[in-house]
Amino acid sequence: MTNSIAEVVNSDVVFITGSNTTAGHPVIGARIRQAKQKGAKIIVAEPRVIDLSSDADVFLQIMPGTNVALYNAMMNVIISEGLQNSAYIEERTEKYDDLVAAVSSFTPEKAAEICGVSADDIRAAARLYAKAAKASIFYSMGVTQHTTGTEGVMSLSNLTLLCGNIGIESGGINPLRGQNNVQGACDMGGLPGDLTGYQKVANPDALAKFEKAWGVKLSDKPGVTLTEIVHKAGHGDIKFLYIMGENPMVSDPDLNHVEEALKNTEFLVVQDIFLTETARLADVVLPAASFAEKEGTFSNTERRVQRVRKAIEPIGNAKADWVILMDILNRLGIEKQYSHPSEIMAEIASLTPSYGGITYERLDQLGSLQWPCPTTDHPGTTYLHKAAIARGKGLFKGIEYKPSNELPDQEYPFLLTTGRVLYHYHTRTMTGKVDGLNALSPESFIEINPTTAKELGVNDGAKVRVSSRRGEIATVAKLTRTIKQGVVFMPFHFSEGAANMLTNPALDPISKIPEYKVCAVRIEPFDRVSDYV
Amino acid sequence: MVKLTIDGKAVEVPKNSYLIEAANAAGIKIPTLCYLELHKDKRGDNASCRVCCVEVEGRKNLAPACATPVMEGMVVKTDTARVIGARKMMLELLLSDHPQDCLTCGQAGKCGLQDLCYQYDIKESNYRGIMSDFPVDESNEFYVRDMNKCVNCRRCVMACSSFQCTHALDFASRGFTAHPTPPFDDPVSESVCVSCGNCVSVCPTAALLPKTKVKYRNWEVSRTTTTCSYCGVGCQLDLLVKDGKVVGIEPVDGAANNGLLCVKGKFGYNFINHPDRLTTPLIRKDGKLVEATWDEAYTLIVDKITKTKAEFGGDALAGLTSARVTNEENYLFQKMVRAGFGTNNVDHCARL
Repeated sequence: MTNSIAEVVNSDVVFITGSNTTAGHPVIGARIRQAKQKGAKIIVAEPRVIDLSSDADVFLQIMPGTNVALYNAMMNVIISEGLQNSAYIEERTEKYDDLVAAVSSFTPEKAAEICGVSADDIRAAARLYAKAAKASIFYSMGVTQHTTGTEGVMSLSNLTLLCGNIGIESGGINPLRGQNNVQGACDMGGLPGDLTGYQKVANPDALAKFEKAWGVKLSDKPGVTLTEIVHKAGHGDIKFLYIMGENPMVSDPDLNHVEEALKNTEFLVVQDIFLTETARLADVVLPAASFAEKEGTFSNTERRVQRVRKAIEPIGNAKADWVILMDILNRLGIEKQYSHPSEIMAEIASLTPSYGGITYERLDQLGSLQWPCPTTDHPGTTYLHKAAIARGKGLFKGIEYKPSNELPDQEYPFLLTTGRVLYHYHTRTMTGKVDGLNALSPESFIEINPTTAKELGVNDGAKVRVSSRRGEIATVAKLTRTIKQGVVFMPFHFSEGAANMLTNPALDPISKIPEYKVCAVRIEPFDRVSDYV
Repeated sequence: MVKLTIDGKAVEVPKNSYLIEAANAAGIKIPTLCYLELHKDKRGDNASCRVCCVEVEGRKNLAPACATPVMEGMVVKTDTARVIGARKMMLELLLSDHPQDCLTCGQAGKCGLQDLCYQYDIKESNYRGIMSDFPVDESNEFYVRDMNKCVNCRRCVMACSSFQCTHALDFASRGFTAHPTPPFDDPVSESVCVSCGNCVSVCPTAALLPKTKVKYRNWEVSRTTTTCSYCGVGCQLDLLVKDGKVVGIEPVDGAANNGLLCVKGKFGYNFINHPDRLTTPLIRKDGKLVEATWDEAYTLIVDKITKTKAEFGGDALAGLTSARVTNEENYLFQKMVRAGFGTNNVDHCARL
């Protein structure tokens, strides 16, 4: 997030797109509603009627995969009606002409046809956003999990720059990170091309610094991403794979392919708190401590580093992940010992400019610190790009709308999109162990519009077979008018009736994110008793 | 800033503060049942219990400290006989229709009413109220609503309407039968309630009580403040621990969550001590995963890393780190892959 969560209550307009906020990030959903109560106007652009739709002043129920068309049309309206922030564009941005060229012919009427909403609603959303003094954008995987995900984000960035909403309090462009420490995993160099704090492995100075600190020679060749690792494992090119605290056997697209790949890996190590679907395929399983059993820090979606504190001893012979990793590092000849995670943070701070001023003493004293926090007397940064855009000038990118990789056809006539429910978390490794949560959300389901269901001969609660080009599953039909005809929705949490047996592994060429949000499926009712699994 | 005097002490507090905050700043504790310490934006909006009343010089009536703004030169007394008498009477009125089952009540030890009755030596009420006979609502998966124990402080309604913004609750009826409820007195499971438990966290009595697997008394648990391990919001919370087990969770007023939690953060903790937790390393032998020692597991892993690296080069190895573990652990993981495996093949599920 460029800005902080607490700032949203003072936004004049909040634009939520590609995020079912009250389910995925419930407390931020509540803060957005607090903003509404204080008088903020709300715009929601989502493929389904979500909880926040009822709070929306403008609700755009767009077809999945048409984000860029919507944003381009909004910018077309803003520019053609002269609502852009010209002074800001002049002073703080560059390549504005590229944007104008890309959106000038993209009228609301054109987008209305692609997105399946009215041109007037697009105009209303554009005017509302552009006329606000402080407008914030909140988005999540509904924007990113497309083959055009990166372009979707760039397009939103264009919109914020166009109206001067970057670098102001209660504005900004705010991705909601799905996992407790996905921000931290990225910050800490859990990326193939990046060392800590996004220092590139291809940058010789950065690499030399780490080589000196760690006392080893490092590769300057960027590695491969998760989806490519799985792909390479399938081809026998990855022979040793170490998976910590992840369950790709439920979370990855095209699960048949994932299973084949993991089985094909010569040696698989899985470190987790439960024997997950993935751990069952491992050659060695290491029992890890849960968050309640160890010390450390998480970095939240607003770049806020906060302490994790040990409340109980590790269960059985489980060990904290940092202890396990230190043991293996030591056995591999990298002999540095740490007696407490605070010493690891000191090493991180010494190598990472944005974490340079973060220490356990300061975190305990202040409660939290938001990076960038370069020095121990720096108060942290509540919102980014305040004095100037970090790269110098905000860069406009002319983005063309491109349709999704796999669209419905005669054979697979429905568009499947996936997401979360409030009562489960990711692959249910944790929430699946909580009785009350299972009671509230017991099993996989597929949301179908009643009109579509009638054509299919499917009743509410009926078992249906859903198939795509990659696999087929059995799940339960949930009839609801919150979804459009021709579009269906499934949560991805469940391993039985797993949505990701169906999803399309086609990748965004830049970020390598899979297109979870759009694929084509066929739905058939089970009409014989023998059909039941 | 505004200057005033409380119990003879000179206090200086920001304009728009309430008397209760000025007293706190002066180190004078004012008792209350309805003031929402956890949610500062609406802190004095309830003003319903009247237990916080104080004497303000020049005013005829006692003033509720939680809802009376400070004024320059105010002279306030918080411990006069009149104040204490009024507080006792308020408590007796609240107690007049309250079940006195503290021996078995789950809230004992952190019950606002119990604590104040202890403080003011109220053994029983001089008034005899009409005891309510509301059916106990156990329909929610995570908490029990027993409106017979409600003191009408409004905290739950405020939490649901103004903070969580779900609007599942409001007040119904008058007099002794006044109570917060979902529409039409339906079971809460049939309302728009999303089980966030923010009402439960602020209830001063046992009117809203979490269902727990392990019974505990509030004085038996230790508290550890930490960060929630579900989504990326980073809510601050206290883990309540009894006998080495996490038995409950309460919200903390963190910068990101402002005292709120969601259903997963508040109630989704039973995985921690679940019997299915992995407790020992496992090694695959003859196709089956069998128990092993840490040393066996480490030796095997390091041997495989070394051999694979020697035979096929570092790029034949890869590691998937985790968006679920700490920064320090992510740091060590990528260090292990880069420095130990000799490759940059490290990624995690940021995209999934």
